[in-house]
Amino acid sequence: MRTERYLPYALIAPSVLFLLFFFAWPLLEALLLSVRGGGGGWTLENFQRMAADLYFKDALKYTLLLALVVVPLQVVLALGMAMLLGGLSRGRDLFLYVWTIPLGISDLAAGIVWLAIFTERGYLNSLLQALGLIEQPQLWLSYETPWMIFLAVVAAEVWRATAIVFVILVAGLQLIPKEYSEAAEVFGATPWQRFWRVTLPLLKPSLQVALILRTILALEVFAVVVALGGRNLPVLAGEAYYWYNAYQNPGVAAAYAVVVLGISVLATLVYLRLMRPRQEEAA
Amino acid sequence: MNLRRLYMVLAVLLVVWVLLPIFLIATLAFSDRPSVFAWPKGLLPQQFSLETISFFFGVEGVWRAIRNSLAVAAMTLVFSVLLGAPAGYALARYRFAGADAYRLLILMTRAFPLAILAIPLAVRFIQLGIYDTLLGVALVHTALALPFAVLVTSSLFLSIPKELEEAAWTLGCNRLQAFLRVVLPLALPGLAATAIFAFVISWNEVFAATLLTLRERTLPAFLLTSLNDSPLPFRFAGGFFLIVPALVFIFVIRRYLFTLWGIASR
Repeated sequence: MRTERYLPYALIAPSVLFLLFFFAWPLLEALLLSVRGGGGGWTLENFQRMAADLYFKDALKYTLLLALVVVPLQVVLALGMAMLLGGLSRGRDLFLYVWTIPLGISDLAAGIVWLAIFTERGYLNSLLQALGLIEQPQLWLSYETPWMIFLAVVAAEVWRATAIVFVILVAGLQLIPKEYSEAAEVFGATPWQRFWRVTLPLLKPSLQVALILRTILALEVFAVVVALGGRNLPVLAGEAYYWYNAYQNPGVAAAYAVVVLGISVLATLVYLRLMRPRQEEAA
Repeated sequence: MNLRRLYMVLAVLLVVWVLLPIFLIATLAFSDRPSVFAWPKGLLPQQFSLETISFFFGVEGVWRAIRNSLAVAAMTLVFSVLLGAPAGYALARYRFAGADAYRLLILMTRAFPLAILAIPLAVRFIQLGIYDTLLGVALVHTALALPFAVLVTSSLFLSIPKELEEAAWTLGCNRLQAFLRVVLPLALPGLAATAIFAFVISWNEVFAATLLTLRERTLPAFLLTSLNDSPLPFRFAGGFFLIVPALVFIFVIRRYLFTLWGIASR
């Protein structure tokens, strides 16, 4: 019987050790790396260098703006898709399959796909030409038009990563017993009221998970931006990459990583607080 | 009745929205050079040609990058199933003190920005001598795939009735035999889905792969680092080639989609 008691611990031990080694420890290392100077003493030098860097303010601005624009768009769209799926009478499995295809598409590939659309001789310009709006190819993705690069990144991110939110919400909807909505219907609630008063409040845990997950991922946006705009649209994760790779400075790169982590933790706390379940729900 | 039709129209529009960009990149990947640079472009491909895609495969380093990507993804697959499935089994079959803490640990790992892992690990890997090796990249990818592997396998084993296993015990199997002969055959499709998922996580990952390699680039790392000085046909063909496994992957594991992501909401 003794072995029986210790068996589950033996089974989880390898994964615990692995995760501690590859999550907890690098986390500490990154924090240390960011506050250690060249001589080994404690210093804020890395953060000062980061803050003084030409790209820092823009990187911070664009990263936050991207998350602020992309995440709400994705949640609203995914919610619409999830409700739409429930309203379909035929072909549900097929739609579910096609709508979730982007789940498997990498950020880099998505960036390249939308590059084909936004590039100078791309499909967007071809469309605009066909509509008679432009005559010559327009250069959209240049350093002179960061807002257009921003728009292209938003388009690519919404296209690629709405599916994750969609799947989380559909799974959440499946957990809500039909009886609630049916009861509301019996009492004369319109579909609109049922959505706002019954479905949405019950979907809150899934919405919370989706928001937290998507926000954290949005704050790490990297390859999509590199594919579409290079460094013309600086973002925090991109700067961490350039400082590590091009400037060979792990300290400042770690400082950037710490900033991303800090914002992620802050965002998570805000979501948890804003979407706290009410007392009676928690009980 | 009209509402139904509106729903259908919206649903089809969403299908177009998802598929059209993939169709366009596929068109570009399978056309010749003049078509890639044609202006203005029509929606339909002008001419089928293997010029662009063969140009892509002809670039030095591409085959090696593909081989590296496959090797890293295969290692990630093996590591995450070997480490994750036992933990998933423990979560599904035993009630033990610390199970909730373990679940929390698993969920928390998903809240870590990759940069915070990759940068210190790159520094450490240099000291350990596994910087710029496929093993090093595979280890980091395993860290990304493992939490999913644990959660999916745990719900997978939960779905296999414990009674079957107990029946095997009473018939004289020991624990291991019962697991191998009764549980494993039933769990195989789900384990395969877990493995495919780990494979795709690794195949798609670019940030850590780029930071942790110099010469032993995986395909995404190779593409990313050569983006700025490579012609458009190369990028389009590369982008398309990255997407192909995604299509297969979603098709094969579509039944498990909800255990993969939906699980987080519980």
